[in-house]
Amino acid sequence: MKPEQPSTDIDRRAFLVGGMGLAVASFLPLSTKAAPADMQAAVKELFGDRPLQEGGVTITIPPIAENGYSVPLTIDVDSPMTPEDYVKKIAVFSPRNPIPNLVQFTLGPRTGLARVSTRIRLAGTQKILVVAEMSDGTLKSAAAETMVTVAACIIG
Amino acid sequence: MRHFRWPLIGLLLGALSACGEEPASDSVRETGLAPDTIVSGYAFLTPETQSEQDDDFLNPANLWVDEGGKLFLSETGVSAACASCHGEGDMRLDGAATRYPTIDHASGELVNLEGRINLCRTRHQQADPLEYESEPLLSLTTYVASLSRGQAISTALSTDEQVFYEVGKTYFNTRRGQFNLSCRECHDLNWGKQLRGDTISQGHSNGFPAYRLEWQTLGSLHRRFRDCDAGIRAEPRTYGSADYLALELYLRVRAQGLPMETPAIRR
Amino acid sequence: MAAIRISAMKTAKAGEIIELKALIRHKMETGFRRGSRGEAIPRDIITHFVCLYNGEAVFEADFFPSVAANPFLIFYTRATESGTLEFRWTDQHGTVSSQTANISVES
Repeated sequence: MKPEQPSTDIDRRAFLVGGMGLAVASFLPLSTKAAPADMQAAVKELFGDRPLQEGGVTITIPPIAENGYSVPLTIDVDSPMTPEDYVKKIAVFSPRNPIPNLVQFTLGPRTGLARVSTRIRLAGTQKILVVAEMSDGTLKSAAAETMVTVAACIIG
Repeated sequence: MRHFRWPLIGLLLGALSACGEEPASDSVRETGLAPDTIVSGYAFLTPETQSEQDDDFLNPANLWVDEGGKLFLSETGVSAACASCHGEGDMRLDGAATRYPTIDHASGELVNLEGRINLCRTRHQQADPLEYESEPLLSLTTYVASLSRGQAISTALSTDEQVFYEVGKTYFNTRRGQFNLSCRECHDLNWGKQLRGDTISQGHSNGFPAYRLEWQTLGSLHRRFRDCDAGIRAEPRTYGSADYLALELYLRVRAQGLPMETPAIRR
Repeated sequence: MAAIRISAMKTAKAGEIIELKALIRHKMETGFRRGSRGEAIPRDIITHFVCLYNGEAVFEADFFPSVAANPFLIFYTRATESGTLEFRWTDQHGTVSSQTANISVES
């Protein structure tokens, strides 16, 4: 048996949670999942030990996503986006997906507006973390929770 | 994991089976849905997904419309492009998709849009038929269907079509598979109710070919049928099979004139 | 298949902030899925996207397997001078694809 295959106990737990109608990942079924500790390590790897200041970042994401394969996400960061004061980087992290890094954006004064939209995959209900690195090196952050629902029928 | 999913889905669908009525197709009205209750699958999507479908840029199904439009204009092998006949005049294809499936008069067979495109290729374009569910056939079908977007699906049923319609209706109303469910149990009798995270839809065909979030790509109505059959643990029919063509015809009439939404997004 | 839909204004006023949109056809296979016979499906993703305004990067994105299939991006830039906007993306094998749009900027 390959090491990444989950144990029967995990299956049983997933089954019970699913049976209660709560969200549980039904895709990525054979993968290991990132733990919140992995997410913290990913943040540290990208931004070092600089403190995260809450606020200044707005996440728009549906509170309930009907399918974890495609969840619309919009991020706004408070910034004048001038050559003196702009957003350098926006990084999105997950405590539950197999890889804690979801997507990263590099911006500059020529970007004009610190807003970006995309669609992401979420392996189950979770609270994603967004960190914005400003041109002076400070870090702003916000978190947002989305409940990922499971489909009616399981194929295969 | 599959090992433990079976009892779960069995439990939920089994509950539906138990409360369903007997499948007496003769006593069922022509369609199992009251005309004033007909709603598109669109109504069962979240507002975010609805707005994605409505946005002509963001809707990912438009990638297939784009590709199909290119194929429609391009010459096929040794022969002329689709557009050389259907580009203008009486043979334009606006609204054509609303009438499919229908009888091909040359052969007397029931054909859907995919079948008609392949008949055009073999009879008029000296080209090989495209494989069902191949990207080029999906793209062409989606493009042609998109030319009817917003138009009502035809409810007309010719005498020749009647026999196929009855086959489709029987398929819809016949219990099958390990869960012993028919299409009717979910989509006529229990639509609007929750099944795990989903709300059961009425099972209309007006958005197909559609971009399904579950597939993460665009697929045909027959692929959707195959998923439904697999979901109730029945043996899926093959793409383009007689049963699925007849079922597609039954759904065309059952939609009671719902507007075409292709290219749609569905869960 | 490398196909992209891009949306950008053809004309803008100098200094105006314009919205740019890109929708790329790509399956973004995660590498975490298995096929019907249990075999691992190898990862196949776009890893990098950049928008170049007259050759200068104004917006970049690094993609991981959690970016949805057929990825789309909406982002912005400040219209400065007439020229071209190039949307360029690179997959994990290093294959680079791109498409350009022209923009005319009035002062």
